[in-house]
Formats: sequence, C-alpha cells, structure tokens
Amino acid sequence: MDRNKIYPWYFTGGAVFIYSLLCFIPGVLGILYSFTDWNNFSREINFVGLKNYISVFSGHSEYMSFIGNTLLFTIATTILKTVAGFCIALLLTQKFIKFKNFHRMVIFSPQVMSYLVVGLVFRSMLHPTTGFVNNFLKSIGLERLALNWLTDLKLVFPSVITVDVWKGMGYIMVVIIAGLVSISSAYYEAADIDGASFWQKTKSITIPLLKPVIINVIILNVTYGLRVFDMIYSLTNGGPGNATGVINTAVYKEFSKGNLAMGTTLSSILFFFILALLYFILRSMDHKEMET
Amino acid sequence: MYGTKKKIKHFFANCISVIMSILILTPLFVLIINSFKSSGEANSMSLTLPKVWMVENYKTVIEQGKLVTSFLNGFLYAVCSVSIIVTVVSAAAFVIGRNRRGVNRFLYFFIISGIAMPINTVALMKVMQLLQLMNTRLGIILIYAATNIPLSLFLSYGFVDTIPREIDEAAVIDGCNSFQLFRRVILPLFKPILSTLFVLNFMTVWNDFMMPLYYLNNSKKWPMTLAVYNFFGVFENSWNLVSADIILTLLPVLILFILGQKYIVSGVSAGSVKG
Repeated sequence: MDRNKIYPWYFTGGAVFIYSLLCFIPGVLGILYSFTDWNNFSREINFVGLKNYISVFSGHSEYMSFIGNTLLFTIATTILKTVAGFCIALLLTQKFIKFKNFHRMVIFSPQVMSYLVVGLVFRSMLHPTTGFVNNFLKSIGLERLALNWLTDLKLVFPSVITVDVWKGMGYIMVVIIAGLVSISSAYYEAADIDGASFWQKTKSITIPLLKPVIINVIILNVTYGLRVFDMIYSLTNGGPGNATGVINTAVYKEFSKGNLAMGTTLSSILFFFILALLYFILRSMDHKEMET
Repeated sequence: MYGTKKKIKHFFANCISVIMSILILTPLFVLIINSFKSSGEANSMSLTLPKVWMVENYKTVIEQGKLVTSFLNGFLYAVCSVSIIVTVVSAAAFVIGRNRRGVNRFLYFFIISGIAMPINTVALMKVMQLLQLMNTRLGIILIYAATNIPLSLFLSYGFVDTIPREIDEAAVIDGCNSFQLFRRVILPLFKPILSTLFVLNFMTVWNDFMMPLYYLNNSKKWPMTLAVYNFFGVFENSWNLVSADIILTLLPVLILFILGQKYIVSGVSAGSVKG
C-alpha cells in the first residue's frame, strides 16, 4: 500500500500552519529586528548592525545582571528541584510509608496552580509585618528569624528560589516515580540476596538505571529556568531594584517602555542560548550511545 | 534489636512524608481561613479561626473583582484553544506517527523544537498587528493553540505506536479513504491521549498570565489570572478579600485536578520518561 496516499501530508497542515505563523515566524522576525532600532516612538526602522548586542554585552550594563540572575536562578532551581524530587520520589515509593498516594497527590498539587497565584500567595505569606510566616515565627518565639524575605537584598533571591522549588518539586517527583516504577524488581531482589544495604542499592542500581530520566528532568528544569517569567513577575516584579530581574522580565520592561528592538534582542539572546544548550546536550547523549 | 531499629527508621520516614505534605498544605489552609475573616482579623495572617465566618467576602469579591466576566473569558480561551489543539494535533500525530520518513520527520522535529524554545513576544506582537489580531479574543486563542502544539504533538506521537498498523490496513481494504480511516477508526482509539491533552492544555491555558499581559489591554477581555493580579494591586491591604479571590481562581483547576488526576499524571510521566 502507498503510505503517502493513506497518510496524506496535508493532515499535518493545521498544526504546522498555526505553529509556524505564531511561533516560528516571530522567532525569525525577532532575530531580524534585533539588528534594527525598532521602537514605539518613530515610524522609521533603521538597520544598526550589532549595536543592540554590543550594548547588552558591554561591560557592566544592567542587562548583564539580568543574564547573570537568569543563570543563577536556573542552576539553583535545577539542582534543588532535581535533588528534592528524587529524594521525595524515593521516600514515597517505599513500602512502609502510609498514605503514599495521598502524599503524592498533595506534593504534586502546587503544579496545577498558576505561577501567578503561587506568586501572590507567597507575596502575602512572606509580607514582613502581616504575613503568615513572620507571624508564625514570632508566635513560637523566634523573633530574630522574622525577616524581610522579599525586600532584603540578600534574602530575596533565596526566597524566590525556595518558592519555585516548593511549586516545582512535585512535578519532578511524579516523573521520577514513573522512572522508578519501571525498574525491574529483579535487580533489587538479587541485591537483597547479596545483602546490599539501602544506600548501596540506591547508588548501584537506582541511580544508574534512572540516568535517562534524570537527564530529561534536568533538560526540563533548565529550559524552564531560563524562560522563567510569571513566578518572578508576580513575586517581586524583578525588585527590589533589579535584584531579581531575569531576561524575560527585562523583555517585558523594554516592551512596555517601547524599546522594542532591545526587547527582541534579549529574546533572541535567550533563543541562541537555549539552542546552543540543547545542541550540546543532544550531542553528548549521542556520544554516549555510541560508546555503549 | 534489629526490628526496633527498623521500626524507628520507618516511623521517621513516615514523619518526613507527613511534614512534606503539611509544608505544601499550610499556605492553602491559611488562605481558606483568611478568606472567611473580617478585614480587621485578617490584618495579620495566622492560623487562628475567624470569630465570625464571613461568607460575604466571596460575594464582595465576585462583584468588585468582575470575576464573572473574567471567569467566562478564561473558560472561553481554554475551551477554544484546547479544541483547536486537539483537532490539529491528533491529525498531525496520526500522519507523522505512521509515516516517519522524509518531510514528516523534518516537520516533527520542527514542531517539537518549540517545547524548549522561548517565544519572541515582541516580534509576535508585530505579527499579531499585521494579522489584525492584537487585543482580540481570537488572537489570544490562536496564540495559546500555537504555543501548546509542540508538547501535545510530542505526547500523542508516542501514543500512535500503541495502535496496531493492521487496523489501518483492514480499514483500507474495506474501502475507507484516509479521512474516514482517521475519523471512524483512529480517533475513537485516540481517546485516552485526547483526554490527557485536554486536561493538561486546559490547565496550562487557564493558568497562563503572560499572553494576556502582552496582548490584551482591555480589562473586559481579561481571563481570571490577570483579573486576580489587578485585584491584588487594588486591594493589597485586605488579605481576606485577596484570599477569597485567589481561592476562587484556584477552584476550577483543583476540581479538574482531582477529577482528571489519572490523565495528568500519565501525561506528565509519559512526556518526560519516553523523551
């Protein structure tokens, strides 16, 4: 039978059309516009070459701090979420834990809430004078620990990261549990006969067999972290000052100021960043497959 | 001796699980309790129960926060964009999944690269202006459809393999053309993955905040998330009202989550374990 006849190409038309029009074309157009001085104040658009890129990467511009913050946020949340998700997944697959499914459901539940809502909830919970966290700390006599979580320059980044981990770890847990369940119990039975301890089993069976899943989880976390917007915008709006500003909040700021060319330049930088990263990850995976 | 030691360990492990769950649930409890307090009591958030349970808070919020309109808007955007996604993605997944050579292979990777790629929001505005879609409901629906197509295609592409090819061959021999084959034979078998796509995409669209922020500047067209954000700005000092507002926004997704848990979890795990 003729495959091209039974499975005609135009069935893909709808998806390809909508995706190209509203995701791919803007991406290409954005890269082209990043070489211009496009803005809301004049009708003319002039070619300016690499000027926008140079002003982002020249010395100590505020843009560099946005890029730095984005990287810091990505690295910190990726490590914390992966480790936390893995530990909880291990814990909640043990036989002796009671109400496993209830715990799993509860820990996953923040994932279905909007980032915006989580941001607002924690903005009120972490309010220095009326928030729940500080009230609670005061009521149990820990007044010294009642701090300005979201306005203190030193504390704000760890606070934001903690909230993000609170929301995201359940998702990672579910993914890792799916991986854990697919590991054949024969390995563990053999290890039990040899008298292996829990840690030995984790180190020599679970982690090696879970490697593909963990790589996926890391890719998920990294691409989320680099693109983060809602969480930061609703929790701190990039403040205090620019302390928690990331690339996507900067894009929005430039967009509302009318500096469209700068906004699209920052977006394009993020695009190249993720493209390069995915290329390296995929290449290193191919490499490993060839070795084995 | 060995037995008691083990029991203590198990007890501690159980304690840790309970503490984790409490950590997740506390903010929710605080919100619920505060949403029923009078404005004076809610001035400082705490776990003490309200003296009088103020159900009026919810009424105030629904009236002042224009929640009915924004609820309907959010619902409209979610249902329409999810319908578009489900239609175009199931057709595309069927063809690409069955015939993985040549152009189809390219198209597949072309689309799923969108899972990781950021959207150039500024340039998208330009495209929207050219298409006369800025500040329109249709525009926002199409954007949601476009941004969620990649992950949906990825999920359903893997699912096509679970349907045996012999079914197609039998249908073709019986005289089905490709459209009938898809409509009458494949779509009914696609049901499980379509439910997953529906639930996952509905929640993504309902929870999104960035697209209306960029592309809708008319408050009459705002979905729930943006209405809540705006409400928070105006009533920042009345925690009781803000809490009630947040609870009302959360309610639909929490209900959907409890009802469709199976689909969500299978979608989430399929999406990343297979990849």
